[in-house]
Amino acid sequence: MNRRRRTLLELAAGTGALAAAGLFPWASARAATWNKSGFESKAATDAIKNIGAANMIDSKDIAITAPDIAENGAVVPVAVTSRIPNTQSISIIAEKNPFPLAATFDVSSGLEPYASVRIKIAQTSNVRAVVKADGKFYTSVKEVKVTIGGCG
Amino acid sequence: MSEPMRIRATLQGDVADVRILMRHPMETGQRKDAKGEIVPVHFIQNVVVAHNGRTVLDAQWSQAVSRDPFLGLRVKGAKAGDKINVTWVDNKGDKRTDEATVTS
Repeated sequence: MNRRRRTLLELAAGTGALAAAGLFPWASARAATWNKSGFESKAATDAIKNIGAANMIDSKDIAITAPDIAENGAVVPVAVTSRIPNTQSISIIAEKNPFPLAATFDVSSGLEPYASVRIKIAQTSNVRAVVKADGKFYTSVKEVKVTIGGCG
Repeated sequence: MSEPMRIRATLQGDVADVRILMRHPMETGQRKDAKGEIVPVHFIQNVVVAHNGRTVLDAQWSQAVSRDPFLGLRVKGAKAGDKINVTWVDNKGDKRTDEATVTS
């Protein structure tokens, strides 16, 4: 009985190790829609280019709700509301983060063009919202001062 | 393996205010543990929200989204009793789906 229990334990340990080995990110396929080039861009300008928004129009119809001063850069609430008709997607870019593109939300017509999320911001920087509407790109920025960085 | 999400969907007129709280470490791959070794990057990459089976939001995230992510959205044309279904997938291929009902 005891011996059988030992075997089971060993089996369990073995499968655990196998599962752990299979969990390395480079071994698994990334989700098809994940914008690898955009998310792996290290400069905000490259991230913007890689979401296809090289030609952006400054817009007052994008509202970014974020604190002026974030004491803790690890948790900064950012909400973006677009008043541009036919908004298709909303992207949030923390310009001085190691990887600036934080999120892209593809919003359908069943949603109000709004998204709220909490992000990490490494240091005081502009938070840029890029909205795609009718195939065109619109943008707006808001500066967030960060007391303690959120990427450590 | 992963813990359940907390989803709250409350009706405001014909719009459902949906608030989702996920449980995930959201490791950036920049942080070092107590031994000085880099903690491997581990974060939610995709979040899909469906309203009564129809996808309304398809989000792509980076590791810059905070630990235990919060997501807020507003679903148009909602009624009490409607189903809000949320699925996330992380960079290790782990996934989780939870559902909530819209309440007035």
